[in-house]
Amino acid sequence: MLKTTDFTRLLLLSVLLWLCPPLQAEQQSATLTQAAPLFQEASFDKTREAVDLLAASGDPEVVPYLQALLDGKLYQDKAQGTLVIAKDGNTGDELRKIPTNNSLRKYLRGAVGQLSLSHPDAAVRLKSANGLLETVTPEMATQLRGLLEKETDSAVKEALSLGLAMADLNAADKAVRLTAIESLAGNLHPGVRNRLTTMTTDSDAEVAKAAQEALRSIEDTAALYGHVETLFFGLSLGSVLVLAAIGLAITFGVMGVINMAHGELIMLGAYTTYIVQQLMPNFIDYSLFVAVPAAFIVSGAMGILIERTVIRHLYGRPLETLLATFGISLILQQLVRTVISPQNVPVSNPSWMSGSLEINSVLSLTYNRLYIVLFCLMVFALLYFVLRKTNLGLQVRAVSQNRAMARAMGVRSARVDALTFGLGSGIAGVAGVALSQLTNVGPNLGQAYIIDSFMVVVFGGVGNLWGTLVAGLSLGVVNKVLEPWAGAVLAKILVLVFIILFIQKRPRGLFPQKGRAAGD
Amino acid sequence: MFITRILQNDRGGQIMLAVLALVLVLVPVLNLLVPEGSFLHMPTYLVTLLGKYLTYALLAVAVDLVWGYLGILSLGHGAFFALGGYAMGMYLMRQIGDRGVYGNANLPDFMVFLNWKELPWFWQGFDMFWFAMLMVLLVPGLLAFVFGWLAFRSRVTGVYLSIITQALTYALLLAFFRNEMGFGGNNGLTDFKDILGFSLQADGTRVTLFALSGLALAGGYLLCRYIINSKLGRIVVAIRDAESRTRFVGYRVEHYKVWVFTVSAMLAGIAGALYVPQVGIINPGEFSPLNSIEIVIWVAIGGRATLYGAVLGAILVNYAKTVFTGLMPESWIFMLGALFVLVTLYLPQGLAGLVQQFQAKGWLQRRAAA
Repeated sequence: MLKTTDFTRLLLLSVLLWLCPPLQAEQQSATLTQAAPLFQEASFDKTREAVDLLAASGDPEVVPYLQALLDGKLYQDKAQGTLVIAKDGNTGDELRKIPTNNSLRKYLRGAVGQLSLSHPDAAVRLKSANGLLETVTPEMATQLRGLLEKETDSAVKEALSLGLAMADLNAADKAVRLTAIESLAGNLHPGVRNRLTTMTTDSDAEVAKAAQEALRSIEDTAALYGHVETLFFGLSLGSVLVLAAIGLAITFGVMGVINMAHGELIMLGAYTTYIVQQLMPNFIDYSLFVAVPAAFIVSGAMGILIERTVIRHLYGRPLETLLATFGISLILQQLVRTVISPQNVPVSNPSWMSGSLEINSVLSLTYNRLYIVLFCLMVFALLYFVLRKTNLGLQVRAVSQNRAMARAMGVRSARVDALTFGLGSGIAGVAGVALSQLTNVGPNLGQAYIIDSFMVVVFGGVGNLWGTLVAGLSLGVVNKVLEPWAGAVLAKILVLVFIILFIQKRPRGLFPQKGRAAGD
Repeated sequence: MFITRILQNDRGGQIMLAVLALVLVLVPVLNLLVPEGSFLHMPTYLVTLLGKYLTYALLAVAVDLVWGYLGILSLGHGAFFALGGYAMGMYLMRQIGDRGVYGNANLPDFMVFLNWKELPWFWQGFDMFWFAMLMVLLVPGLLAFVFGWLAFRSRVTGVYLSIITQALTYALLLAFFRNEMGFGGNNGLTDFKDILGFSLQADGTRVTLFALSGLALAGGYLLCRYIINSKLGRIVVAIRDAESRTRFVGYRVEHYKVWVFTVSAMLAGIAGALYVPQVGIINPGEFSPLNSIEIVIWVAIGGRATLYGAVLGAILVNYAKTVFTGLMPESWIFMLGALFVLVTLYLPQGLAGLVQQFQAKGWLQRRAAA
């Protein structure tokens, strides 16, 4: 989070510098020409005076010069005395770098901030108002109040009033300090927290107490957002589990087939993403939109192939199915190792997946996790629709509930079996596309998820899509809640043990199937 | 005699045990008495390899007991095997004494490395052989008992049981990978020096371990056969074929299941304990679900519910594994995968079933000819 703001700041700066090529003397404003001789004195005191002069002008045009000075990029022409902002390699013999020291740089930061506060662009104002918090001094209070009155943009207004409150914290008047503390309660800005911490040792007992209370309220709010973040992490992990398990919920839950090769079908989906990206290296941003249907087709076709050649002969013998499909999983893994590579392959993330949505300074949601949650819900909704509202879904449910009766009614059960298995496998492939964006894509990708997937399906209740959704999301959240104090591995072990014990208590899962279909 | 009574009507078992007895006599002779250089001399590494196969065979017999006769497809027997192995490994670790890299007589090397100051409580007593051997039986037995008691009492059966046994071994895998567990983490336990004062590198020790593995296999086989032939065995088979009916007739199904499951886990523990000194290492990889599921395929290939089929399957598959991983490492996984598929599709009774089929055919032909 901090990194991205730093990055945008840098970006903005470089754009700013690019927009302002070194200006010639005649184009430079009057204040700059006025300040130039002061810089030439080559003393820090005179430089400070020059900075004062520039800052007092209130002219937005001088901001880039001050910023350049701050960054050590401001040069002066030795002969003519004109100020030049250096671009790369623009420092010939005729130019002299204007030196700065620590205290001057600190002073400059404040000056740049104040100047930017009256910049015509609201975005610049907002940025500088936010940057102001670290350096605000009590003397700035009156200026801020004036700016606040003129300000029209609500975001800038908010930032300014925060800055004003920070400035007021240093006010001599106790009442002003107290109202400032009160207005800061619950504010999550890191600068506020640091400042208030120093206030808790204030000489005035009342102020110190108010600061402590405000600090406590800030910590409460931060803790609350911390919980929200854990919940979000949990939901995104849960979404991964649901995506991995939901195809299994169909093949295992609806058809009763133990498909140990399910993980490898996920892996095939991930490798499909890799191949799609290899085929369209210049369109990585769109690759996922191609990869999703492609993975569905690849894994789905593989699923139908497995069903037609092996599983068809093993209906009603679940343990044998388990062994045979395990054999298939070994073959598929080795196939990928031999044909592609035993090492992990690189899969790139589209640009729209990177970055994060910043809610406030303690809570930001990364886009890739956010998209995973949305994608999971979409897939779930689509699958639910297919099973509930389409003709195929009706036939699938009919065959799974009473095969003989369904056949008697004219359902071609063999075809339905193949299609159902293909659907479940295809969904596994789609899950593979999602996983390729989160973890390493290698031949063992599927193996890592197979046990988790079975746990989710069994925990949720076999033959129940809703159960799978609830089980997956709640296991994800539980895992993330346990992680901080147990560590990632122990959390996972605890969850496994919990499920083992849970199955003892409710062998049919959270939402057991009711009625005749539930028979052994 | 007692043994002949047990082996009545068990033609396969008789042949298997006869071959085993022959091997147990021949191998030590060929290794120790035939001088090196003679083409009849059996190198020590081969003895150890055979010993390893024998421990696998005992493990397969343990799995066949629960899968073939009780109908429980355990995908977690590798866990019991590994626990037995770890118990033995801990004893061997303590035997190293101050000969480790750090020369600390009180702590195994990895604990010194982790900066631990004293031996954790669960390592206490493992410097005594009898205690370690007790643990080889008790730890897997206790785990199987608790797990079985919970699972069978709440009537978790079939696929569900298979999946939670797999989850059990997976959880143990994750746990033993952790350094904090105090079992050497990722590297496991290794660098063993000697057992009961005999160097593990000596030919004599190797042959003795081999012979012990063979005897343990024979003993385990006879025990399982005894159980199957007893009244208890009849009920066990009844449970496999019609669990609800057996329950309604009045048997406490879960009691039978728990006991047989526990016995099987203890046999697996013994196999693990004999395996570790021969291969010289035990690490968390032994808990991997893949290992457990491989045991099942040995039994399936040999022929479930025959016991001797399990022995045959374990030795054949592992021999093939040794040969093919040496010749064409890539092809072995393909072959293993294909074995899983083909055996379940075309050989549901395994090799033992195939032999029986041929015998039945030959018998019919003889009848027709007569």
